[in-house]
Amino acid sequence: MNSIQILEERKSQIHCNNGEPFDIKCEKHSIAGSVSQRACVFCGSRVVLYPIADALHLIHGPIGCAAYTWDIRGSLSSGPELHRLSFSTDLQENNIIFGGEKKLYRALCELIDRHDPNAAFVYATCIVGIIGDDMDAVCKRVSAEKNIPVIPVHSEGFKGTKKDGYRAACEALACLVGTGQTDSISPYSINILGDFNIAGETWMVKNYYESMGVEVVATITGDGRIADIQRAHGAKLNVVQCSGSMMYLAKIMEEKYGIPFIRVSYLGIEDTSAALYNVAQFFGNEEILTKTDNLITAEVSRITPGLDKYKNKLTGKKAAIYVGGAFKAFSLIKTLNCLGMKTVLVGSQTGNKDDYRKLKEMCEPGTVIIDDANPLELSRFVLEKNVDIFIGGVKERPLAYKLGIGFCDHNHQRRITLAGFEGMINFAKEVYSSVLSPVWQFTPRMEKERSAL
Amino acid sequence: MLLKHTPVEIKERKALTVNPAKTCQPIGAMYAALGIHGCLPHSHGSQGCCAYHRSALTRHYKEPIMASTSSFTEGSSVFGGQANLIQAVDNIFTIYNPDIIAVHTTCLSETIGDDVNQICQKARDDGKVPEGKYLIHTNTPSYVGSHITGFANMTKSMVKYFSESTGEEINQVNVISGWVEPSDMREIKRIAKDMGVKIVLFPDTSDVLDAPQTGKHVFYPKGGVTVPELKSAGDSKFTLALGRFTSEAAAKELENKCGVKYTSLDLPIGISATDRFIAALSKAAGVKVPDIISAERGRLVDIITDMQQYFYNKKVALFGDPDHLIPLTEFLVALDMRPVHIVSGTPGKEFEKRIREILGDTVPDANVKNGATADMLLLHQWIKNEPVDLLLGNTYGKYIARDEDIPFVRMGFPILDRIGHSYFPITGYTGAMRMLEKILGVLMDRQDRDSLEESFELVM
Repeated sequence: MNSIQILEERKSQIHCNNGEPFDIKCEKHSIAGSVSQRACVFCGSRVVLYPIADALHLIHGPIGCAAYTWDIRGSLSSGPELHRLSFSTDLQENNIIFGGEKKLYRALCELIDRHDPNAAFVYATCIVGIIGDDMDAVCKRVSAEKNIPVIPVHSEGFKGTKKDGYRAACEALACLVGTGQTDSISPYSINILGDFNIAGETWMVKNYYESMGVEVVATITGDGRIADIQRAHGAKLNVVQCSGSMMYLAKIMEEKYGIPFIRVSYLGIEDTSAALYNVAQFFGNEEILTKTDNLITAEVSRITPGLDKYKNKLTGKKAAIYVGGAFKAFSLIKTLNCLGMKTVLVGSQTGNKDDYRKLKEMCEPGTVIIDDANPLELSRFVLEKNVDIFIGGVKERPLAYKLGIGFCDHNHQRRITLAGFEGMINFAKEVYSSVLSPVWQFTPRMEKERSAL
Repeated sequence: MLLKHTPVEIKERKALTVNPAKTCQPIGAMYAALGIHGCLPHSHGSQGCCAYHRSALTRHYKEPIMASTSSFTEGSSVFGGQANLIQAVDNIFTIYNPDIIAVHTTCLSETIGDDVNQICQKARDDGKVPEGKYLIHTNTPSYVGSHITGFANMTKSMVKYFSESTGEEINQVNVISGWVEPSDMREIKRIAKDMGVKIVLFPDTSDVLDAPQTGKHVFYPKGGVTVPELKSAGDSKFTLALGRFTSEAAAKELENKCGVKYTSLDLPIGISATDRFIAALSKAAGVKVPDIISAERGRLVDIITDMQQYFYNKKVALFGDPDHLIPLTEFLVALDMRPVHIVSGTPGKEFEKRIREILGDTVPDANVKNGATADMLLLHQWIKNEPVDLLLGNTYGKYIARDEDIPFVRMGFPILDRIGHSYFPITGYTGAMRMLEKILGVLMDRQDRDSLEESFELVM
């Protein structure tokens, strides 16, 4: 497998940062026949809206799309858990022939009567448009009859990549924003966009802001509630993480309600501190600035001693990163640097050219930058670069382990928080425990290294 | 309470499935195709289907799952997926170099009317399939049947494409494995070997999805049924189809195509179903059952004898796939347990009929349902109305087990939160012993947890 070829068409999506001109191609459809790590439009919409816990999420299509997205994210709710159930119209052959509108209508009514949700999202899967179902009309009708927002999400799988699904989700959210009351909202108020409360991250970040004296109007979508989203236009600033998924909503809100946004990341000390400072500076209020200073100083001095232990052991180790959105990769590179580690391979499923240019600037010469990678390419580069840890998602984990390489899950399945100051310690601990696991001494890769010494 | 939204009162549902006890066809086809040596499963549809199936199988096996996709776009859904599939075949042989590409369809490619058979033929005619390589296909519309149907369809395609009758019988027996784990396939081969019977087992995912840590990512691991083996299946003496839902279609095809007679059996889960399997194998091959196998059976009976009091009258709820549930129910009845609620999302009238026959007068009023709206919500409602002592099924049972505080043994597909299924079989006599160990383990842990101090037992 060492001699694997790179498909001619794929070469333009890989940049080796060896001084050659930077001209990476991205935002392309995957080549037919690729073993791509990418998903579909539906997947993008589903993961973004999923954490809204008091809404009904009904998937209109054959059973698979509902089965695979049943309780798939570690997005916690402080109240209702409706989002963790899986609802499907389970379309059968006769629905494909005669249409699924009636079934959709009945399913929606039945669910709304039983669960009394504050809104309903109806997800279109691949075949919905093709069989001619007018989902918008059904949603409109049920919305009028049941007196709650019933929002169609146009997430037919084939319509693009996961990114297009984010966009469809943002469009659905935009239907809600602006429909609630905004009086009594503080002049120092924000929405948290693009945090999904994986392992309670949204709560932690929200706590930071509240202790700075900033009101959080809506968390979109981590631990999200319909009523909060409806009044989100009353906030003075949108603070956007995971820009891939939420920039579109931020832009709509800027256009429609004049709410500015800033892009942040809560991964690592540097980026978390910058996020909080930027918000404080936006408001320019002395009290908020002082509180922010105090918060950051206290948190940093609290976690630093704990970090040193890991840093000592991890310095000089090499990492590979393969994530969904490229924005995450920026923070990961910085965070790894902070632990003394080097990033030698970095890629994403959905990055754009600016993202990759920035990655190139952040990384040392020789770092491989890759768009929409397949497993052959990933395993080839990972071995070639002799990495110590792979940071990725569900499909990359067993790949890394088979190669005898440590792994840190940076996707939405994990159950520990990696965000904020607390998350920095968790991240360091997780990387440390995998890189220095005693299991590697039994693996052929290390045996080879040992015998070479 | 994760399932706090479950109403106790059961109302008939027509349009809605909640917390499904099944998934769609393509993943079954993908799993079956992984049981052919050197095969790359190919999903003809949107990218997401392939990603979901790979993720689901990865979570179940903790192994890298390789499969490719036609990556449908809006254009392909309007103009058809022919161009995508032909380009895909070309690219796959160039870059991933499998021996076989096994194409399955999706709801999308079926609904837009792609004729995959014809497209595959065109790819061959256009020279996209290199000499000595193969392109096979099956139709797996996601809106028909379930993952089980997809597995059966791909298995049948193996026969359709490969098996040939040369007119000269080979002294070997075909065993169509049904949807079981790599460990079970390994165990079936072990049993046949111990009985001195040469078998062709297909599909066979052992040494594919339980591959060792080698420091290499092997795209096509060493396991899987080979093309020469599949070809030779047409000359075998006889076929045993394990599991009517997953294996009978392939066995029938083999009989029609090559004249190899077959018998349909239940999966060898539990004592009686294993008895029938062993008897059928010994008859088909004309061999005696060796002592080593009889001794395994003896050890199994010994355990049941020793532990009978712990099984007696315990109420069980079970869910999953029909081919598992049928022999499993039979085994539970043999243990003097009472299967009271049985749910499978896979449709098929045969299922309830078989289950009712097995339950007979022992549990005449059991709740049994399969197909549309036979889902985890219904199972939960049944359990709320009539509580049970034990729950058997895949990982998705853990919500009910937690909410209702029921001892739970994981069995079936998918198991996302425990290991073992890839490595330790539940088929055969030793598999039955493992099952007993697991069932007894949770029942006795429960007894230890709940017993008063004065009645806390050291010896059980």
